[in-house]
Amino acid sequence: MLRYTIHRLLLMIPTLAGVAVLVFVLLRMMPGDIVELRLLAEGGNVDPATIAAERARLGLDQSMWRQFVDWMAGIATGDLGVSMWTGRPVVEEIASRLELSMQVAIMATILATVLAIPLGTLAALYQNTWIDQVIRVFAIAGLAVPSFWLGMIFILVLLLNFNWIPPLTYTPIYEDPWRNLSQLVWPALAVGYRYSAVATRMTRSTVLEVLREDYIRTARAKGVWERLVVSRHAMRNAMLPVVTVIGLEFAFLIGGLVVTEQVFNLNGLGKLFVETVTRGDYTMVQALVMLIAGFFIFINFAVDLLYAVLDPRIRYR
Amino acid sequence: MAAVPGTPEFAYKVPKRRHPVLQFVLTQPLGTAGLLIIVLMFIGGGFAPWVAPYDPLTVDYASMLAAPSWEHWLGTDAFGRDVLSRIIYGARTALMVGFISSIIGCTLGAVIGVVSAYFGGRIDMLIQRLMDILLSFPIIVLALVVVTVLGKWKVAGLDMNLVVAIAIPMVPKVARVVRSSALAIREMPYIDAARAAGFSHSRIIFRHIIPNVVAPYLIMLTAFVAQAILLEASLSFLGLGVTEPTAAWGLMLSGSSQEFYREAPWMIIFPGLAISLAVFAFNLFGDSLRDWLDPKLKI
Repeated sequence: MLRYTIHRLLLMIPTLAGVAVLVFVLLRMMPGDIVELRLLAEGGNVDPATIAAERARLGLDQSMWRQFVDWMAGIATGDLGVSMWTGRPVVEEIASRLELSMQVAIMATILATVLAIPLGTLAALYQNTWIDQVIRVFAIAGLAVPSFWLGMIFILVLLLNFNWIPPLTYTPIYEDPWRNLSQLVWPALAVGYRYSAVATRMTRSTVLEVLREDYIRTARAKGVWERLVVSRHAMRNAMLPVVTVIGLEFAFLIGGLVVTEQVFNLNGLGKLFVETVTRGDYTMVQALVMLIAGFFIFINFAVDLLYAVLDPRIRYR
Repeated sequence: MAAVPGTPEFAYKVPKRRHPVLQFVLTQPLGTAGLLIIVLMFIGGGFAPWVAPYDPLTVDYASMLAAPSWEHWLGTDAFGRDVLSRIIYGARTALMVGFISSIIGCTLGAVIGVVSAYFGGRIDMLIQRLMDILLSFPIIVLALVVVTVLGKWKVAGLDMNLVVAIAIPMVPKVARVVRSSALAIREMPYIDAARAAGFSHSRIIFRHIIPNVVAPYLIMLTAFVAQAILLEASLSFLGLGVTEPTAAWGLMLSGSSQEFYREAPWMIIFPGLAISLAVFAFNLFGDSLRDWLDPKLKI
């Protein structure tokens, strides 16, 4: 187990290095760099010398190799640099937004888990009855409705009935839990619906699969109480793929809240990402992509380890 | 056939062979409902100039933000453009972007998956690592980077940067599924036979393996059209996809229309319903297609 863990951790390095090279090269293929975007946006004629000076200040006049090596050296020493646009340290810019995005993602995950596991199991136990049909329609609709639009509908309803508009500023949960929750519960619901739909479908299909196994028949034949058959024999074995889906969707949410954050006027990672990409803020985009991809890879790894905990038959070597 | 003495009588009925389309309709009612919506979308989008009551681009300041009425069934937007007509023309954008990007993404993914499985060894290893790298981005993040990197790039009025940005995140997913199907096919005796006959690699790949991975390919294609429509709507909403004045559902929801929650909720409700209905239809159809062609496939 320990050997496997170390092996997997080491395997993350080449993947992350690949991500780094990919995003680095892609960004430099972008038409127009940050200096042009910024200086030319401020109006007409800018002295070429000013542009060159600005490029030199940001280190953009160096060769691609040099820039890449500098960036890597920075990461190795824990220095991610400063935002090319605002001049503030990248870590600071990200930290304030990460908190918000993380909270929405966690709330959505809790919602999805609480909804999906009972609903999916019910649908499987009552396969092809009206209960199953209702749950399936709920789930397939959840896959179809864009979460950002669902968010807009929430705002619309809240606005017309309670005159509620999304607050412009974010209140951290430790300052005022009530205000914080009343602000974030709506985006969490909007993305959580789709999320729970995915997980419900997965739960239903794996529970159905497990219920057809021989050991379920054996358990029933020897007269085990049906509730125990479901909770002990079936659910335990059906949970592995569900855990995977929940884990991966959670990882996806950290970077995938982009559009919903826009709708609710939330200053999270997604909004920051859109802003920095369109501005060509290399240092910020690179750091964000590494963070999001790294998180994604790490969750994948954590899910694999969780497998061994949940299922004693799985032993990694 | 006249009964010949001595021939055994068959006790069972030989099942009637039905046309595959009819069979699909009979066994997959939900999928057929999805297909019907898709066909309607195609008719609406394809014959938009004849179906739509108004021109989607005509600005009419006299009827700005008009509520739904007999004249404008779904109301008008801030420029007095008819919402229904823009939704019908939007179907055209959604279908074009959805299908072209899915075809590009799934085909590229399928070819990469087959090549990876067929050659195995180091090539397989290398390709799989590359796919892992692409898979470690959330779809929207990858699409956002690609769409900005490519910049404005229009071919025949279609935003190609958007199409490519939607296609690329599909590639690794398709490659993975197709690779596992192709791995099984590679071990088939007829592949050995083809090799023994001295056929070239490309002939074996294109004539012997690819035709056998068509089922997962088609299933994924329909599933990804739904995803592509969603992604197009999201990117257009962010202002990074289809640009004004083209009619697109995501774009109808974005920007100015947000300020009209109170005055013109129809501008928010109907385009979103159109997206949901389209994605719903493709999901239903894709699910049924999977049940019908290859029930064990997991995507």
